[in-house]
Amino acid sequence: MSALPPNQLLSVEGLGKTFTLHLHGGKRLPVVRGVSFSVAAGECVALAGPSGVGKSSILKMIAGDYLAVEGRILLADGERTIDIASAAPREILDARRRVVGYVSQFLRAIPRVAALDVVAAAAQEAGLDRAAARARAASLLERLRLPQALWSLPPATFSGGEQQRVNIARGFAGEHRLLALDEPTASLDPANREAVIALIAERKARGTGFVAVFHDEDVRDRVADRVVDVARFSDREAA
Amino acid sequence: MSAPLLQVEALSKRYGAIVACRDISFDLDEGEALAIVGESGSGKTTLLNLVAGALQPDSGEVVYRLRDGTPRALSSLSEAERRALTRADWGFVHQDATRGLRMNVSAGGNIGERLMALGDRRYGRIRAAALDWLARVEIAAARVDDPPATYSGGMRQRLQIARNLVTKPRLVFMDEPTGGLDVSVQARLLDLLRGLIADMGLAAIIVTHDLAVARLLSHRILVMKQGEVIESGLTDRVLDDPQAPYTQLLVSSVLAA
Repeated sequence: MSALPPNQLLSVEGLGKTFTLHLHGGKRLPVVRGVSFSVAAGECVALAGPSGVGKSSILKMIAGDYLAVEGRILLADGERTIDIASAAPREILDARRRVVGYVSQFLRAIPRVAALDVVAAAAQEAGLDRAAARARAASLLERLRLPQALWSLPPATFSGGEQQRVNIARGFAGEHRLLALDEPTASLDPANREAVIALIAERKARGTGFVAVFHDEDVRDRVADRVVDVARFSDREAA
Repeated sequence: MSAPLLQVEALSKRYGAIVACRDISFDLDEGEALAIVGESGSGKTTLLNLVAGALQPDSGEVVYRLRDGTPRALSSLSEAERRALTRADWGFVHQDATRGLRMNVSAGGNIGERLMALGDRRYGRIRAAALDWLARVEIAAARVDDPPATYSGGMRQRLQIARNLVTKPRLVFMDEPTGGLDVSVQARLLDLLRGLIADMGLAAIIVTHDLAVARLLSHRILVMKQGEVIESGLTDRVLDDPQAPYTQLLVSSVLAA
């Protein structure tokens, strides 16, 4: 596979997504076509556009959660390049541990697993030992101002904003070169929003690249280096 | 890169006119958890039994990489080799715990039996291993001398898991491991299984009709319908973006709690 230019972490080339709804007479629901952009080390690229235009679908394809029906999603992994759009399941799982992290809008809570362990597990996947992983998890939860009384509890009963912070802590607990963030500050108050902005800035300074959807234009303007307007890739018929 | 732990090659099985499994192939790496999902009658339990050697296929082959690194076709193993495999290197967790346990033997005896089958005769060590495993599956040490006939459904299932894992197997087969349990009991068992699979680096093949179980425990998924694999891939991709009509039906039929 052709190598990415040095310093480039992600190259999305001609990416397209259509859902085929077999339970509704095989109706085809086009989302995007020809999506092309790249992310360099230390750069934050924001995906913008109206609701339903396909921003989250693009993030999910980059994370390997949605199937890309056309195009390539090239990820730099050291000397290697992985095409997430055509990679085998094992390659995607391996890339998720080390190369690409994804912070969804909502935490998928696992019964009985404490918030601290949810976050520490992500650090352990990145290769930290148990003690170091727990220390990193604790420091992230502290920075994201999750009350310590909650750390040992499963997040299922937490508020939306508390769950979102556990989710962000988990996303930042690893050593991923690229992070895909879906509305990371959507349910946060101003102080917590600042904490997330600071975390993004620090990781950018260390060379982590970001592709992100921000519902908040103020946050976007502060952390994004470039904005990609997804509306120009929209494959929906004009309404 | 080493050979996969398990290679399943073109397995087929018919029961008279009914095709239970048609031409099924997949492989499994060490430490990888694979879920087989589908409705009752889709052939998933037959497939599990074929792969585990509990049923003979009409055609096809299962190749397993032994601890010494040699890949061997199951059909080429001697009876003694096959027994050694199922006693130590493999585990099988049945939906019905009475099939996987000796119901009138003490819990400690149920766990110790697999160790004794491997030739361990030191009572103190076997007893210590039994107590250690009871703790790991969250059964009070005070219950070690009670037979599983006196246990609740959830406890029986946890004991079955302890009995299977005490020999540190590399591959565990599970047939609806949470079937028939109350939801609260299921959550505890699933969390326990998830932790054990990760900590021990176990490979697992899990048959379930419950997509939430598949999502929680597996890396990859096979969707079966009428004896065939109609979709396969990364678990969250198959569940979040199903491609086949039948998978879309399965996923959309689940009520979100």
